[in-house]
Amino acid sequence: MGNVKMSLYLNYKFLTMDALLSLQNLKKYYATQKAVDDISFDIQRGSIFGLLGPNGAGKTTLLRMITGIFYPDSGNILLEGTTFNPMLDIEKIGYMPEERGMYKKMKIGEQALYLAQLKGMSKAEATEKIKYWFKKFEMESWWNKKVEDLSKGMSQKLQFVITVLHEPKLIILDEPFSGLDPLNANLIKDEIYALAKKGSTIIFSTHRMEQVEEICDHIVLVNLGKKILDGSVADIKQQFKENNFSIEIKAGSSISSNAIFTIINDTDAKYLIKINEGYTVNNVLHQIIEQKIELIGFNEVLPSLNEIFIKLVEGTHAGARAFQNI
Amino acid sequence: MNKTWLIIQREYLSRVKNKRFLILTFLTPLLIVGLIAASIYFSVSGVEYRKIAVIDPNGFVKTSLKNTNQINFSFPANVDTSNYIQKGYTDILILPQFEKGKKSDYILRSQKSMGLMLQESISDRINSAIEDQMLQDAGIQQNVLDSIHKASQVAELKAYEDKGSSSKESNAGLAMGIGYASGLLIYMTMFIYGAMVMRGVMEEKTNRIAEVIISSVKPFELMMGKIIGIGAVGLTQFLLWIILIISLTSAAAGFLPSDLQSQVETLQQNNGTMAGGMMQASESAQRIYDFQHTISTANWPLIIFCFIFYFIGGYLFYAALFAAVGSTVNEDPQDAQSLMFPITMPLIFSYIITNMVTQNPNTPIAFWASMIPFSSPMVMMARVAYGVPSAVTYWELALSMLCLVAGFIFTTWLSGRIYRTGILLYGKKVTWKIMFKWAFKKA
Repeated sequence: MGNVKMSLYLNYKFLTMDALLSLQNLKKYYATQKAVDDISFDIQRGSIFGLLGPNGAGKTTLLRMITGIFYPDSGNILLEGTTFNPMLDIEKIGYMPEERGMYKKMKIGEQALYLAQLKGMSKAEATEKIKYWFKKFEMESWWNKKVEDLSKGMSQKLQFVITVLHEPKLIILDEPFSGLDPLNANLIKDEIYALAKKGSTIIFSTHRMEQVEEICDHIVLVNLGKKILDGSVADIKQQFKENNFSIEIKAGSSISSNAIFTIINDTDAKYLIKINEGYTVNNVLHQIIEQKIELIGFNEVLPSLNEIFIKLVEGTHAGARAFQNI
Repeated sequence: MNKTWLIIQREYLSRVKNKRFLILTFLTPLLIVGLIAASIYFSVSGVEYRKIAVIDPNGFVKTSLKNTNQINFSFPANVDTSNYIQKGYTDILILPQFEKGKKSDYILRSQKSMGLMLQESISDRINSAIEDQMLQDAGIQQNVLDSIHKASQVAELKAYEDKGSSSKESNAGLAMGIGYASGLLIYMTMFIYGAMVMRGVMEEKTNRIAEVIISSVKPFELMMGKIIGIGAVGLTQFLLWIILIISLTSAAAGFLPSDLQSQVETLQQNNGTMAGGMMQASESAQRIYDFQHTISTANWPLIIFCFIFYFIGGYLFYAALFAAVGSTVNEDPQDAQSLMFPITMPLIFSYIITNMVTQNPNTPIAFWASMIPFSSPMVMMARVAYGVPSAVTYWELALSMLCLVAGFIFTTWLSGRIYRTGILLYGKKVTWKIMFKWAFKKA
């Protein structure tokens, strides 16, 4: 019995935790820049994966190689364990580029139908799916409207629907929340979770670190065409923790920096401290208790992804990098 | 291929369903017919009336200067340059005393300057009057002269081209007309539909839908879908125009009086002469028959086949280049202007050559221009109108067609490579030099 359970578990692990997409030593050099310089990572099936990096880091080039728009100069892309073939695998991918648009004069329903058919869906199947999504997003009355009549947020919703309509295994969203109000952003966010739960793998590319922290399981940070960070959000935060803790004590009492810890910041009776090298949390607590100070709260403070991002990217002149595709 | 078909459908239907397409398709022929009718109307009725006083000391031009509905000649006494306006004349024509072997000028003074056509017709009449007078002075009787004039109008030049043993009636005027019209039509469509392709590509790029579509289809499929779709729009428009013109002309023929129609039919049955014993055909019936007969001398199946071939070939050749330019343009449509120049120059140049070739189909420049794909769609049409194989041999036609096919395969390949890079590149000003780099860099 135990054996069966074990093998079921392993099977489950195999199905959920195997890599949907593997990038192996990808390189794409332009005349003046190494846009993507030897990048490798795996994306697990069913995960929400954050691809991060400053402007000009090579994210878009990377995404364009994954979507088959560009061919890598060298390296391999494996989709479900076999070499990615843009001709066949393109329908398994839904890509919402950062710079996205629609035919302004075309009716919304027809446009969605057209783009779905280009992804290989039959007309009947596509119509059915479009109706389902339009209903879900309360867009039913939009069918005969033209894109030029839509607001930016509305067309953003339409873009999202078009991206996920053909139920791709891999959904790539480049800045999906830009221009959305919080209500619609939440709507899309919930859909992203729901799609991941159903087994879709999502690559999420953005500059907005708080969104990454909230949504992503796993991230890769690229800068100047190289991968500089790869791991789960929790692991990375652990990796970059700086022994910072927040301490809250009873009002009226106070603590001060000493050999064991240094106070970084204090407001009223709340302190942010850094434990000095060679000491542990226990040393701190021991000292506070010995001083008969009443402790109300004690928490580890992990760095935010934003802080990690800035720390890693700052000073690399990343922003000065502009691509010349010649 | 299936996806290219989808793109073709969208490009085609979104344009054909457009109101503008329908309006343009149905109004253009009406507009052309209207313009022709208007210009004929104005050239007939819009001419001002001239009342010309003629001072003629010789006395023999009077018979030659006959009044028409535009000009009234009179030979009053006591009128000179100082008082012709007061006496109600618009012009005064003063002839000198003509002397044998001495060149002398005659003078026309007008209140308002006279048009060139009218001046020429007056001077023609005076010259022929002088000529007649000289012939009479040489001893030829007036009645002999009259009979010569009459007899000389009977003859008419009929040209035939010899093909081996058989010969065929040819008509240079018709060939020129067909050559000119089809050359002009191809020239215009290259511009109109080429620009349409370019705008379509620019729209996709500036709308930023290009990247969405290119993540579903290959850039080349998108480009070809657009080119073929818009080409089909062009063919549809031609087809509708042909149908419209045929139905308009047959409708117009229905309005002819019935006796005129039956006369034309009799003429058709008897190769241009009325059957013995029947009444003489009226002048209008003869004219209609002549017109129809002239039209029928052309080899229409060949001309239509060549027209469609050169239209499609020329369109594909140029549309690919226009697509490449469209793909390189950023937000500013002004960029397109300078990049279009190398494409529009050969087009305009070909049009100029075509005009020359319609008059002279067998010069060396006509030959070469009908081989080079940049100009062959227009120039070869002008030559083909003069007849195959009399003006253009079969091997010339075949070689020209082959060159055009090779030409558009090359431009499509070239443009596909430029397009692929250009369509996703924003914010960079592109020159032809950069475009060639894209075209010939490694994949």
